[in-house]
Formats: sequence, C-alpha cells, structure tokens
Amino acid sequence: MRIIPFLLSLLLTTALIFFLDNQWGKLPPLGKFLSPQHGFWQNAEDVDKSFTGDLALPGLKDRASVYFDQYLVPHVYANSESDACYIQGYLHAKFRLWQMEFQTFAAAGRLSEVLGSGENDNILKYDRSMRRLGMVEAAKKAVEEMEKDSTTKKDCDAYTAGVNDYISNMKAGELPLEYKLLNYRPEPWSNLKIALFVKYMAFDLASRDNDFEMTNAKSIFSKEDLAKLYPAVIDSADPIIPKGTHFLPPLKLPRPPATADSLYFNNKDTVTAMEMKPEKSNGSNNWAVSGKKTLSGSPILCNDPHLSTNLPAIWYQMQIRTPNYNVYGVSFPGAPYIVIGFNDSCAWGVTNAGRDVRDYYRIKFKDDKRREYWFDSAWRTVESRVDTIRIKGMPDFYDTVVSTVFGPVMYDPTFNGFANTAPTGSYAVHWQADIPSNELATFGRLQGAANYDDYKNALAHFKCPGQNFVFAAKNGQVAIWQQGEFPGKWKGQGLYVMPGEDSSYMWKDTIPADRNPNMIDPDRGFVSSANQVPVDTSYPYFLGSDFPPYRGLLINRMLNQMSSITPADMMKLQTENYDVFAEMAKPLLLRNIQESQLDETGKGYLNQFKLWKLRNDPDEQGPVIFKCWWDHLQKEIYDDEFAKYTLPLMRPFESALLEALLKDSTYPFIDNINTAEKETLQQVVTAAFLKSVPDLVAVGQHNKATWSKFKDTWARHLLRLPALSRTHLNIGGGTHCINAAKQFHGPSWRMIVQLTNKTEAYGVYPGGQSGNPGSPYYDTFIDSWASGKYYPLWVMDMSEIRDKRIKWTLHLKPGNQ
Amino acid sequence: MKFIITTLLIALLSFVCGLYLPWWGFALAAFLVSALIPQRPGISFLAGFLGLFLLWTLLSWAMDAPNNSILSKKIAVLLPLGGSTVLLILITALVGALVGGGAALTGSYIHRRRSA
Repeated sequence: MRIIPFLLSLLLTTALIFFLDNQWGKLPPLGKFLSPQHGFWQNAEDVDKSFTGDLALPGLKDRASVYFDQYLVPHVYANSESDACYIQGYLHAKFRLWQMEFQTFAAAGRLSEVLGSGENDNILKYDRSMRRLGMVEAAKKAVEEMEKDSTTKKDCDAYTAGVNDYISNMKAGELPLEYKLLNYRPEPWSNLKIALFVKYMAFDLASRDNDFEMTNAKSIFSKEDLAKLYPAVIDSADPIIPKGTHFLPPLKLPRPPATADSLYFNNKDTVTAMEMKPEKSNGSNNWAVSGKKTLSGSPILCNDPHLSTNLPAIWYQMQIRTPNYNVYGVSFPGAPYIVIGFNDSCAWGVTNAGRDVRDYYRIKFKDDKRREYWFDSAWRTVESRVDTIRIKGMPDFYDTVVSTVFGPVMYDPTFNGFANTAPTGSYAVHWQADIPSNELATFGRLQGAANYDDYKNALAHFKCPGQNFVFAAKNGQVAIWQQGEFPGKWKGQGLYVMPGEDSSYMWKDTIPADRNPNMIDPDRGFVSSANQVPVDTSYPYFLGSDFPPYRGLLINRMLNQMSSITPADMMKLQTENYDVFAEMAKPLLLRNIQESQLDETGKGYLNQFKLWKLRNDPDEQGPVIFKCWWDHLQKEIYDDEFAKYTLPLMRPFESALLEALLKDSTYPFIDNINTAEKETLQQVVTAAFLKSVPDLVAVGQHNKATWSKFKDTWARHLLRLPALSRTHLNIGGGTHCINAAKQFHGPSWRMIVQLTNKTEAYGVYPGGQSGNPGSPYYDTFIDSWASGKYYPLWVMDMSEIRDKRIKWTLHLKPGNQ
Repeated sequence: MKFIITTLLIALLSFVCGLYLPWWGFALAAFLVSALIPQRPGISFLAGFLGLFLLWTLLSWAMDAPNNSILSKKIAVLLPLGGSTVLLILITALVGALVGGGAALTGSYIHRRRSA
C-alpha cells in the first residue's frame, strides 16, 4: 500500500465531497443538487406522466376517487366531509408542498431560517416584524378557536393528516425543487400552520396603514394643507352602498376623548420607524347581477381577487363532492375548503374591505430597561418574552419583545423597522387580527350553503381581514355584505399614532355586525365592490381613508348600462382595460399644456397622447406617455414640499391630486417654494411634459414604448428567481383598470358563474395546478390569462366518469401504503 | 479490456448505490472496484472518472428527454449556464466524474507498488 498518495488522494476526494455536499454562497450544494438520482433532475417530470394509480392511505375512512381532467384539476369524490378535507390536504401537499410551508414560514417570521438574514438584514427585519406583530400568538389563539368548533376541528385534523401522510410517504425524488435549492427539508404539518396561513391572509389584507407617515405629515403641514393633501373623502368615488342610502343611527356614538385636540390632532411628534407593509394594491373586484339584467334570466356572479401574481400560484383549483355538498372553485394550498367558488345552489366571492384595523400607541417607558410603562396614572409592568430567530449560516438572533395593554411593542430603541435612522420612541400596535376567531368556518359553511340565510350564517364567523362577500343564488337572490369585526371609531381615530398613557384612546365598542354595510336584491339589479369606500359620509363610523375609487366607478357605470348580460359580456368586463383615472386626467392635462414650448419630438408624443382612446391595451403607447407625464407632474408639484424631509412621508394619492387640480387650478402646492416666482398649473403641466420627453425617448430606444412592455407583468416565483418565473407577459390593464394587472400583482383568479339550472362557469388564473417548475402543468393557464381567455369550469357529474376530459384517476382506499 | 470492465462495473455499482445511499454513495463503489481490480493509479482514476461521467450523463439525459428540457433550461439559467441543457448535463457529469475519479484513485493506492 502506498500510504502517502493514498492519504493524499483520500483527503482530496473527501474534501471534494464535503465541498459538493454543502452550500456556498447562493449556490445549492452542487453534488446533492446535480446528482441525477437525488437532485433536481428528479423533478424533471415526464410530460406524459400518468397520475393514475391505486393508493391505500392510513387517514382515510372510506373509499374515494380523484378524477384529474386535462388541466390537472382534481374532481374529488369522497363519502364524508372529513375524507374530502383529508384528500384536499394530500393533494395540496402532492402538488404544492414547498409553497404551502414557505408561506407559513413567512407568516411565523421564520424566513431567515431558510434564506439567511438577507441584504441589509432585510429578511431578519421582516422576521422580527412578523414576530413582534404577534403573528404566532394570533395563530395559536386561532387554533384554540378553530378547535372549539367541532366541524372545523374535524376538518382541519383531517386536512393536516392528509398533508402529513403525503410527506411521510414522499419518495426522495418527490422532494420539491425549492427544498433542494435552499438545502432544507419539510417539517410535519399541523393545525397551527393552517392558522398561520389564515393569519398571513389577515396580514396581507388588513395590516396596511400609513399611521407613521401621516403622523409626520401632521407635524410638518398646517391643518389646512393636511386636508388638501390627504382629503378624507374622494368626491368622485361611487361607494359600494349607493350614496344617499339611509343608515340606522349607532346604538352608541363613538366620541373622541376630551384631550383629542391638544394631545392628538395638534401633537407635533414625529416617528422615524419604517413599517413593513403588504402590497398596496391587494384589492379585488366582485359583482353579481340579478336575473333581470341577464339574457338567461338567472343571476351571474363574478370575482377577481387581486393578489401577487406568484408562482407557484396562490390558488389551487378543484371540485369537491361529498354527500352534503358539491363545490367547485379555488382553494389556498395550506388550508382546507374552497375559498372562492360555487355549489349546486349558489356562488360567492370576496374583495378586500380595506378598513383601518391596525393602530399604534406611543408608549412612555419608565427607563431604558422598558419593563414598566405609564398607563392610567400608574407604572405598569410589561409582559416580556425572548424570541429566538434562527438564521441560516449565522448564530441565532434573540429579540426581546414586550407587550402592553394595547398590544405588543413593534418599534422601540432596539428595533426601528426598516428604517436606518435612529429610533424616536416606542410604539405599541393594536391589530384586529389578534382577536380570537375562526374565519375558516365561514368557508366550510359556504361550501354547503343552499340560500341567503346559510350565506349570512356562514359570514358570522368572519372577523378579520374584513371582506366584501358577494353572493348570488339560483333562486334569483343577489347580495353583498362587508363582513368583519370592525372597531367603532370616532372621526380620525387611529389615523395617526395615538397617545398611549391612558385608556381614553383605545378602541371601545365593536360595530354590531348587522350595521355593517350590506345590500340585498337592489332595484338597480346588481351589487358590486372594488375596494372603494363602502358607504358615503352619512355612515356613523370612521372607516379610514385609503380606498381606491376608479375601478368601482367604472364597474358601476358599465353594469348600470348593461342589459341582457351573458357570461361572454362579463369576460369582456372583467378584462376591461379602460382607464377612468386617465379619462378624468387627460382633459386637464391637455387644457394646461403650453404647446408652443414643445419641440418636434415633444409634439409627436403629445399628438400620440391626444389620439389615445384611454384604453391600456398591451400595444398602446398612450398609457406610457400618460404614466411618465403624470409621475413628473406629481414630482413637480410635491417634490419641493416633500423631498427636503428625511422622515417617512407618504405622497398624496393620485386620486387626491387629480381631484384637487380639477377643483382648483390654484392648488397651493403647484407653487415651487424654492423659487421667487409663483408657478401656474400651465407651467408645471408643461414642465412635467418636457421632463417626460427624454424618458419617453429612452423607453423607445429600449423597445419598451408599448404599455405591456413598459409595465412588464410577471408571474413571479416566490423566491423572486427570474429563471423560475414567467416574465414579460403580454397583458394590458393596470392599477386603475378593472383588469388590474400590474408588474408583480393582478387578478389572481378570474371567475364568472351563471346560476342557470345547470351552472355555467368560467375561470382562469395566472399559474398552473402543479407547483413544480419542472412540470408542464406549472404555468398551464398563464398565456390564456394574459390574453383574457377563460376555461369552462367543469362540474363533473358521476355520469361523466368516462368523459374524454378525464385523463387520470386516483383510486383511494383506507389502509397502509 | 480490464479498463472497460472496471469502468462499466463502477458505473453499474454506482447506480445501485444511488438507489440506497446518499448522493456521494457511488464514491464507495468506485473506491471498492478499483481496490479489488488492480490497475495503475492513472488508469484507475480514468475508470472512475469515465464510469461516473457516463452514468450521470446517461441518467440526466434520461430524465431530461421525457421532460422536453422544461426544467433543465430553467436550472441552466439559474446556475447560470446560459440556458444550455447540454452544458448543464456536462457540468452534472463532470461533478460526478471528479468524485468518481478521486475515489477510484484512492482505491488504487491500496495495492502494493508494481514493479516497473
């Protein structure tokens, strides 16, 4: 034996294996990852793969069948509701395991564990924010509440068992690709993870506020200026419940505390902390028209929830049939039930209510130890816990989180959120998602709803995030309820950071559920919502003020005009690219542009803009010119007032600026405070146009002069990896259009249900049924989605078992595999 | 002939190891085969290298073809290899081959030095 070369060679080979077995930087462990028998090649799914099979599953109570159609949509036939939930869990795990677990990691503030602390520690900051907000505590409370309801408990237990039975029998090659990329493995599933997912939806849809920005604006601007910058009401808005509707007076009128003016409205304290915020455009459209407006004489219900256009897609489509219901729609991988869909009697859909249900209180601590705080004339002791945050490739991070009567302290001298500036104080958060609730019960009961009363009873369980539940039934009824448990606020409560030294600024009474905005079978023949303000100013409670007006305006205008409506008309409406915001802004811009100051290039763009028919279609250039022009106009008007401050501030909404300019051509902010001259609207409109010309020239040179190229919509992988995303989709629309497709965000599921005797339904979402980037079913529907096409939603009947559309059948029976 | 047999034996045993052991299990196969079939170290290395190169090329190609390269094109952008499936298969094979060669080389030193 040749010892030295042997040892040398052994050492080198072992070192090589060690190198290839571990992750270095962003690369996955190359040996493990590239190995054809272990790594990513295993996820390269045969395009002709069969999903047919016989399976014995330990958690199943009775035989069941899953029929997959040509789009890999499962049609589940089960003999009990809990078997249906078990199979749903099993299928979610089989097709979407990584995504469903990753989302619960995001909810629980555990992303650092799999991704590292991130650039600028941003992932760690995100985790700290989620934990401080109390996501895990809220989810634990929700589990308790869910398990008090025997049906929800049974269904969640079955769902969890289904997920776990998939995980424990998963072959090595079936481990989803992303686990291999990031080098970790799935944990067992639990009911807590279901609750975490539900709370993540609450975070996504009911945690957006601008309290810090508004607090700073209040300290900088005069009262008059503040009202002009951030008007409480947008006049052009067409509320969900039509203007002029009579509301019952409240049982108890919420009143501001006596100190409101001195300690709150006139307080000039500022805040440097920067919040973590969910996407601003999380919104949606839904409407239902009654039979008197449709060709068939039966109601039609439509819904398109606007969420991040993620891959794997947020939704998983399925039909579930049990002896008690036959339901079709989309589900959330990570939770049981169909969330948006229809059954043999009725259909339902949701949009976000957007009410302000998260507020901050300024906490006065006794000293730097922050163990006692001043409340109701005494020092109170905080509740305190230490969170351990695991970070990939780094030592654990320990975060001390303290809690007050208001809620947990989000920001303090040890944590200023995403800001890189010195903290100004300590702020406790009070959030509606923290109350014990069981939102899943709503969806569980909607699945079997037969009529309006069932729908109404199902809604009673839903507390947060507040949603506009639209409803239509085969008996002809249409209805909408803004459902949630909302605090009865006095005007201005929670708009800014509130004093936290006594109880007078706390939320008091909850708005009784029957006083929530609602409408049943209105004379106009339709109900609708698009995140606009739900009611006019005669509603006795304060709602917050972040409600986009334009989509709702157009939907109501179109629905009022339409008659003899068919599902095809609804497809056209749901994918409508007409821009109402531009309709109002264009004449204003053209009235004020000083054409004499433009050169030939500028005149060319202006002519194009003049010819633009206000449609944000993919090949239009008008929307690009409009966007550049309007962005520069906002800067011309507000930069001089805003740019000099380093404090977090929020520019006024586009709707606020437009309405201000339409009402008042001498809007005070038009004047540039840095010049001696007093600028006019004509001057700033022209200056903005001149500044957008070079932008437009550059955009043209980069072949991005058309709207879809400029806007550049993606279906983006959750890890934001372009290679696993579908980039540069050819789709129009945008923020203010009914077809609200933005860059990484848009209609995440379009559904149209005509409630004729035999239901006629259509749907499409920007994704595919499989979450595996190596599957041909990863992005099945994306191109159809982008081009505005729909798929018929086939409610399969047992008599159609031999139908050609069924490609594979999974026969399931109880027992061990 | 001996070289060819060694190479094929390493490939075959490596495949079997891949079914039951972690990804690096084939290193044991390459080591054992080359320890049992004495050859010059250079030749042994080449046998391990080629055995794994062939095996991993074949296996990855066998997964890639029925997949119409859907996944390999994405991974070849991610790594980044300009989106080339061929390059990705080559890199894959090379990684296996280097470990296979190293393990076989190590195995070859088990033998006594041959007379020149």
